[in-house]
Amino acid sequence: MIAVLKQKKIAALAILFALAFPLLIPNNYYLHMMTLSFIWMIAVYGLNLLAGYTGYLSLAHAGFFAIGAYTLAILTVKAGLNFWLAFFLSCVISSFIGFLVGLVALRTKEHFFAIYTLCVGYIIYLVIDKWDNLTGGVRGFIGIPSPANIGPISFQTPVSQYYLVLFFLLLVVFVMYRIVYSLTGRTYIAIRNSEELALTIGISTMKDKLVSFVLSIFFTSLAGALYASFIRFLGPDIGYISVMFDLLIFLLVGGIGTMSGPVVGTLLMTSISQQLQFLQDYRMLIFGPILTLLVIFYPRGVVGGVIHWKTKRTENNRDSRVGKISSHSSNEKQVKEG
Amino acid sequence: MEFFIQQLLNGLTVGSVYSLVALGLTLVYGILHIPNFAHGALYMMGGYVTLTMMSKSGLPYWLAIVISMIVIGTLGVLLERLVFYPLRDAPPLHDKIAAIGILLFLEAFAQFVWGADYQTMPTPYGKVVNLFGLTLTAQRLLIITSTIAIMVLLYFFLKKTFIGATIIAMSQNREGANLVGININKVAMMTFMISGSLAALAASLASPINLVFPGMGHLVILKAFVIIILGGMGSVPGAIIGGYILGFSESLGATYISNDYKDIIAFVILVIILTIKPTGLFVRRGQS
Repeated sequence: MIAVLKQKKIAALAILFALAFPLLIPNNYYLHMMTLSFIWMIAVYGLNLLAGYTGYLSLAHAGFFAIGAYTLAILTVKAGLNFWLAFFLSCVISSFIGFLVGLVALRTKEHFFAIYTLCVGYIIYLVIDKWDNLTGGVRGFIGIPSPANIGPISFQTPVSQYYLVLFFLLLVVFVMYRIVYSLTGRTYIAIRNSEELALTIGISTMKDKLVSFVLSIFFTSLAGALYASFIRFLGPDIGYISVMFDLLIFLLVGGIGTMSGPVVGTLLMTSISQQLQFLQDYRMLIFGPILTLLVIFYPRGVVGGVIHWKTKRTENNRDSRVGKISSHSSNEKQVKEG
Repeated sequence: MEFFIQQLLNGLTVGSVYSLVALGLTLVYGILHIPNFAHGALYMMGGYVTLTMMSKSGLPYWLAIVISMIVIGTLGVLLERLVFYPLRDAPPLHDKIAAIGILLFLEAFAQFVWGADYQTMPTPYGKVVNLFGLTLTAQRLLIITSTIAIMVLLYFFLKKTFIGATIIAMSQNREGANLVGININKVAMMTFMISGSLAALAASLASPINLVFPGMGHLVILKAFVIIILGGMGSVPGAIIGGYILGFSESLGATYISNDYKDIIAFVILVIILTIKPTGLFVRRGQS
């Protein structure tokens, strides 16, 4: 119980800090970096729902990020739709594409699923790259409008954009929290732990996997649409495999299948990337081995490591007090944490 | 008609390279049941090592290829020891992610050492040969013949030698192989050695036609995955047949459909296959 209170306190502190950030550090560059990393966090949450909680490693999410971004661009610039309508539609359209892909992709399992989605991601990238008339091809897509006003609130300044993105991030975190700690979330975890077992206890795995897949893509394309309106320029590279790997690294460093993992991982990795800017393209010389070593030694990332350390400590404390009865409550906790 | 046969020959060349890469991938999958996403990076490194051996040390083409095969084979063994062996009991998700980490590292490494430019590899077989009224460069002939030679060698190695038999045994049943006294660590290392060498050979043969650059492994590895799904994960003949099927469909597709979208053909084939049969074609019984 105390641990839960403590978690809530930490979350509240983090939210307060995020709200006060533009006042504390009135620097446009840092503000820009923070906004961008919030956008990545949303995408990573999307990936986390599928890969972390449902246990299906999708390598097509960068593609869906790009679909969300390009749909917004096309709907606002070429079709001249109202921004927020286009924003909503771009999420719906990419989720629908995700639904169609998921219908087929989710029939495959494990390796086949990873390879299948890798190929789907590559097809999306190639189509964006080659379909000159619609997407601008390699030249990119310019002139995407920034978010339209909602009543008296305008989103032209960096600070207002920061708060807009923060709003969406908090919304996504809240929805994720509600999903993960509901029966639905438990169902996903059951599927992750053993799909056969889940089937035998009466879970309609295909339906649940599909919902998880589509939700995950909805979040990711939401991040894509925000990205398009924030950066206001798109190149086909945002759908490329390297973006996918970035998302994966963020997720893994933070902790796959944990609630706060995406925030921790994204912040940590983007700030490290900032420090290592002189390395430019060579940053993967460091990130690649980090990824591999993490998976070998800390498969649950930073957050997972901390949780593991805490459960161990409380277990030791209790052991010294009550004896060995409690060892199974720590197992229970691990299950709870995912 | 001649034009058509010319395209078939092109397909045969491309298919040979694909088959070699897919063979390495399928062998590793058969033994360890991991999709080695880093295999494309090994392919790329193979191309660079051969190129460096030729340009810096002035070695002849063939010797450079042999050295490159040994170097990349050793690299494969190192990967098995340092990364995949510690992860042998981890959930399947972890192998994949670790392999992706290696892939990212090797690519950045190649870019760091050799630069991001596209480089051409010289070949002593640049001459144009006339064969039954068809024109093709000697390099393409070399690719086709040496691939077939290697496949025959590999076949005899797997079927007729003791070490080959242990590899097959382990791919059939890991525990069973261990029970009858096969040293599974040795076999795993051996398989990675062969797999790396095949990738290096494929890259060295294909590079004079294509180019050498850090991203050269991307498309090849994706297509190799398509091939082993087509031919059955872990199946050796499947990888060979699948490679040629893909080579032919690509070269014909590029001619008769669209050159721009020829790279998509492989993925469309894959999507269709997995849509119809989620576990891939030709899956061996008892192994999915």
